[in-house]
Amino acid sequence: MSTVATSQIKLTPEHTRRRASVRSRLQDALPKIVLAPSFAITIVFVYGFILWTIYLSFTNSKTFPSYAITGGRAYQRLWNWTFDVDPPSSWYTSITNMGIFGFLYIAICLALGLFLAILLDQKIRGEGVLRPIYLYPMALSFIVTGVAWKWFLDPGLGLEQTLHQWGWTSFHFDWIKNKDFVIYTVVIAGVWQASGFIMAMFLAGLRGIDGEIMKAAQIDGATTFQLYRRIVIPLLRPIFLSAFIVLAHLAIKSYDLVVALTSGGPGGSAWLPSNFMYEYTFKRNEMAVGSASAVIMLMTIVAIIVPYLYSELREKSR
Amino acid sequence: MLRKLLIGTALATSFAFSAHAADVKEVQMLHWWTSGGEAAALNVLKQDLAKEGYAWKDVPVAGGGGDAAMTALKAMVAAGNYPTASQMLGYTVLDYAAAGVMGDLTETAKKEGWDKSVPAALQKFSVYDGKWVAAPVNVHSVNWLWINKAVMDKIGGTEPKTFDEFVALLDKAKAAGVIPLALGGQNWQEATMFDSVVLSTGGPEFYKKAFNDLDDASLKSDTMKKSFDNLAKLVTYVDPNFSGRDWNLATAMVIKGDALVQVMGDWAKGEFHAANKTPGTDFLCYRFPGTDGSVIYNSDMFGMFNVPDDRKAAQVALATATLSKSFQSAFNVVKGSVPARTDVPDTDFDACGKKGIADLKKANEGGTLFGSLAQGYGAPPAVANAYKDVVSKFVHGQIKTSDEAVTELVKAIDDAK
Repeated sequence: MSTVATSQIKLTPEHTRRRASVRSRLQDALPKIVLAPSFAITIVFVYGFILWTIYLSFTNSKTFPSYAITGGRAYQRLWNWTFDVDPPSSWYTSITNMGIFGFLYIAICLALGLFLAILLDQKIRGEGVLRPIYLYPMALSFIVTGVAWKWFLDPGLGLEQTLHQWGWTSFHFDWIKNKDFVIYTVVIAGVWQASGFIMAMFLAGLRGIDGEIMKAAQIDGATTFQLYRRIVIPLLRPIFLSAFIVLAHLAIKSYDLVVALTSGGPGGSAWLPSNFMYEYTFKRNEMAVGSASAVIMLMTIVAIIVPYLYSELREKSR
Repeated sequence: MLRKLLIGTALATSFAFSAHAADVKEVQMLHWWTSGGEAAALNVLKQDLAKEGYAWKDVPVAGGGGDAAMTALKAMVAAGNYPTASQMLGYTVLDYAAAGVMGDLTETAKKEGWDKSVPAALQKFSVYDGKWVAAPVNVHSVNWLWINKAVMDKIGGTEPKTFDEFVALLDKAKAAGVIPLALGGQNWQEATMFDSVVLSTGGPEFYKKAFNDLDDASLKSDTMKKSFDNLAKLVTYVDPNFSGRDWNLATAMVIKGDALVQVMGDWAKGEFHAANKTPGTDFLCYRFPGTDGSVIYNSDMFGMFNVPDDRKAAQVALATATLSKSFQSAFNVVKGSVPARTDVPDTDFDACGKKGIADLKKANEGGTLFGSLAQGYGAPPAVANAYKDVVSKFVHGQIKTSDEAVTELVKAIDDAK
């Protein structure tokens, strides 16, 4: 576009068109000028530091970065820890927790979000009140969610204690203190926070579906279940994908929720890879190992995002 | 016009130069002593410095806590923007000194006689390569029992002198329906208690070999296995809800009489004071059974950075004030710790403080003053944290037997070295 503009300017007498040419050039360049700072910042602070982290993971950096490449010992240690099952190494705990948390968090949020959205979509009274009630947990930070659920789930303070006082003394719920179940309490708190947001996404999708199709299906004699199973849910496919991407990256970068809710769990049993990365980089002065674990986290995200981007771009070009 | 400009420039330059030559009357301090008692204790130092004309400027740290402060310090130092001093612990001082960013206070140290008055074990961390790089503020000691006296009287207990007597005392409390042992199930609290258990089980020589020298044979030994068994024994006296509890909540259980005893460093005394309890009448402080005569310590230090010349005078003033006898006494009375120099009179201290000072002196002279591995004074952070991992996994059941615990301990420490 800019080349067209400049070639036109050359054709016209200079003294009459000078002012206009400056202006049009400026107009052409304006979007670039406006975008340049944020572009530069992103290049340096996101991609630059990604490269720096990858570089550090191949050094023997301890407390401070050191720049002599010493090979993949950090990765080798992580690899060895991956198979330390009994007793579980911190890295093994972190990645298995990531699997459990990631799968349950995404699956339950999607299912619950869709279910709530379908219920809210039945043209019920008071939708305007109900919708924000479900959505508001998303407005809280993970720290607030974590602390609130920590108190609620604590057997000596919250749910268990209250039910005991009400007379149900056989009630027992101590997952948050149990090394084998603590990760599920992280799922509970995470789902509570995000499912309302996913509901809002699905609700927007449901509202976008053409009423004619639904009516046609009903005339053809489809039951409500069939209607949703065969028509609505397939039509919501793009929403599923966006929701999945949002949830997947939230799951992988969860750090504060674990810290606020469990402070790492009994014997470190609630760690996620992000906790591992912070612990090793800043508390244990093993920056190389921390960087290596960060690179592996990045790879995981890339493995999810790239196929998504690929399918999106392919669809657009079609 | 030109002349005016020249004169103006000359004046401005000379002004700038003279401003540069004058000392900056300010200390920039990075620390995380923000809670009530600690802030009050630090105020003593601020006032001492204000009397000499130095302003105090806190370096803000988001989020409080030592971890956040250390992350902030790392960023400042990496950017070449050194604070005058920073609160630091053990091996961190040596790490920064090895990176060549610490100042040199040897002259002041000579003048003030720190070499003689500061215990040799502490100098291992405050002196690097023959140069004084940090001023120790206090000495905390870890091998203490904190006991609620009312509960103790009710169950008719007496001071336990051996580990077996301690277990018998806990049994008595259990029979009386009190929680015998208040413990917070966080890895550093469990490991801090284990420090004392190892000292009690294996004796001073063994503790030093295993947890300061990281001697392989000692770490693998049957004594270490026995220590883990003893720890397992203690954990059976803990209430089921202990995991994840903060240390001060565990102290509160003892203060309220819900629990009999807590094994914790002497910072717990601050909580008793805050609740208006007096030693001897409301609570009792004993050394962990079988560790009398030895002291497992950790110490807060002010690491002194290599600041520009115009800030050096303020730094010297800060260091001198920090190790002055009057501040050492005033600060540590409030903080619950004992002075970092052994020649400070104990007149202002309570009974526990007096015992702490006497014990430190004895341990320093007898060579039984050891760094706490759990508190980062036994080995570098990578090793100390690997150790905390193993102890915590043992307490919470990921590691099931003491045999396995010893194997894991050796492996983890080797891996982290």
